[in-house]
Amino acid sequence: MDLWFTNIANYIVQFLMSWGLPYFWADLILLIIQWACVLAIVVLDVIILIWLERKAAGFIQMRLGPNRLGPFGIFQTIADAIKLMTKEDIIPNKVDKWIFLTAPLFMIFISVMLYLVLPIGEDLAVVDLDVGLLYFLSLSSLTTICVLMAGWGSNNKWSLMGAMRAVAQMITYEVPLILSLLGIVMITGSLRLSDIVAAQSHVWFIIMQPLALICYFIAATAELNRGPFDMPEAEQELTAGAYTEYTGMRWALFFLAEYTNLVAVSALFACLFLGGWHGPFLPQWLWIPIKTYAVICVFFWIKWTSPRIRMDHLMSFSWKVLIPLSLLNIVLTGFGIEIFAWVRGL
Amino acid sequence: MNAEKSALQLQTDQYIVNVGPQHPSTHGGAHLQTVLDGEIIVDTVVKLGYVHRSVEKIAESKTFTQFIPYTARLDYLSGCLPPLAYTQAVEKLLNISPTERSEYIRVIMAEFSRISSHLLCIGSLALDLGATTACIYCVRDREQIMDMFEMVGGQRLLLSFLRVGGVSHDLPENFYPAARRFIKELPKMIDEYHAIITGNEILQKRLKGVGRLSAEDALAYGVTGPNLRASGFDYDIRRDDPYGIYDRFKFEVPIDSGGDAWARYLVRVEELIQSARIIEQALDSLPEGDICAKTPRLLKAPENQDIYHHIESSKGELGFYIVGAAGKDKPHRLHVRAPSFINLQVLPMMCKGAKFQDLITNIATLDPVLGEADR
Repeated sequence: MDLWFTNIANYIVQFLMSWGLPYFWADLILLIIQWACVLAIVVLDVIILIWLERKAAGFIQMRLGPNRLGPFGIFQTIADAIKLMTKEDIIPNKVDKWIFLTAPLFMIFISVMLYLVLPIGEDLAVVDLDVGLLYFLSLSSLTTICVLMAGWGSNNKWSLMGAMRAVAQMITYEVPLILSLLGIVMITGSLRLSDIVAAQSHVWFIIMQPLALICYFIAATAELNRGPFDMPEAEQELTAGAYTEYTGMRWALFFLAEYTNLVAVSALFACLFLGGWHGPFLPQWLWIPIKTYAVICVFFWIKWTSPRIRMDHLMSFSWKVLIPLSLLNIVLTGFGIEIFAWVRGL
Repeated sequence: MNAEKSALQLQTDQYIVNVGPQHPSTHGGAHLQTVLDGEIIVDTVVKLGYVHRSVEKIAESKTFTQFIPYTARLDYLSGCLPPLAYTQAVEKLLNISPTERSEYIRVIMAEFSRISSHLLCIGSLALDLGATTACIYCVRDREQIMDMFEMVGGQRLLLSFLRVGGVSHDLPENFYPAARRFIKELPKMIDEYHAIITGNEILQKRLKGVGRLSAEDALAYGVTGPNLRASGFDYDIRRDDPYGIYDRFKFEVPIDSGGDAWARYLVRVEELIQSARIIEQALDSLPEGDICAKTPRLLKAPENQDIYHHIESSKGELGFYIVGAAGKDKPHRLHVRAPSFINLQVLPMMCKGAKFQDLITNIATLDPVLGEADR
């Protein structure tokens, strides 16, 4: 069962090659199919997640949430999507047109690109890069530029304030985010995500790296602009922050990208700390979604129970607490590796 | 005006942001012209008048009874309190004394109004700080009071069942168990608020030390109500200048010397408990009897006389100044001392040098209602 998808892929390649296609082209077609699958998964995920978040929020706030369309209101998101697509696409007069129009496209493009390196099972990633982790982190930090583009291009003070906050916040939290993951890289000695997951076949890193887990989780929340760190949007202060001037489908693309990022970061979290595809009974490609959704539910829980943090507290928290803690984690991990090697040598 | 002018001449990187009148957190149609230096507030100019309905002028063309529903639309979140202030002012002008039972009913409804207003203040404070769930909790509990208002007057928000000399009709039978149940459940609700709002570390950090207002400044600006008591000045009209039958009830006036947003929040939570105490005593000693005094069909002022009557509204000192003309059934002139309007004047002082996010906190803890500020 573990190898279902690998077998399908092999079958497709063999089928194409039996028609006389050279391996290169067959592989390329397979890659396109994989891309389409990733896109389908992303859209499906977002549709489910928006519904799930509204249901979770309803549960926390003691109300029902969507419950009209379909069983448990599950088709509500589809109705919302149709509404967004049929809405008027307003481009204000004074905006910087190219920047304004391309920002949401870049945003969604980058978010989808994140999925390429995520291993869903053993030998089951679209591209298993040997610098997968680096690729993921550097690409996810690129979304900062898209938010800045949206804020600057809108030519609106609220948008600009939201964008500035986003840049300050994301750059600040980039540092502890990367530093907290260095411990794992030190232990596994590899940046390839499938290697990192394979190293957790006996012990998950949630046990070996608890400090890194906390640092990473907080930094990731800030990186996603979620929960108590949703400063760039902050509808009570900045009306809608960087996205104030966006309407209809363009706004929906940002929304889509935000959820896409959420899934990608949660999946990365599952790969790095929760043992990725390792798990009993169920096939590998089911364990990743289960763990990802568990992490996402924690994100929901935090978001819906806490108020928004203030900008200066946010910055000082990163520089004064998270970064020292993640540095400490690196030192502790170094000692741990040495002690482990010494005990083994005895 | 000065700040506005100087801000427009600035050539540095300061910029003006118009917070409102269409902004989610200005509690109505307030317009705050804010001069910002990055995220730091240099100056704020409060511009009002977006909800102006010339209520004071309308009063001159309505009879004393006809004007009662308009008062409910001043502070539309405190239900019975503005009509209470107005009817008592008219009673003072006309030398009418309300019946015993109606006095008790008025106290019960007024204190329920205060609780509902404070619950909404706490809830919207939490909402403005981004804690949506905490807001829903407060609104959920306020819903019970709204239901009680509906039982009594048929209206959930703009209750105007007060009349000169009493109330328009008696409390319905199902009101008493509902009121008792609410009073009984209130401590549990407050525990919940403490768990989700007071205990939250992010929220504490955002409230403590923010928007500090000293007692001297508060007095100089004429700030009243919970905002003044949170600055450490012990003044409550219910106790210091009792109106109606407030001198018959035992209650404490919560004060806090902090003067910051945190103190203003805590004082309001404490006032919930004290209001509940008053309601309980009033329910226990509610006498039988008429609900409205015998008054002439057309109320006329007996002589040329100016009167001022003030009550402790949920926002502060709510006063009605009525100039009565002898033999006329309408006030010659009417003025409302609106606490929301006067409390808002300290906002620029509180916000100077603060972060932009504190502006929202400060408005939320000052708790203005723009219907009352603009009149």
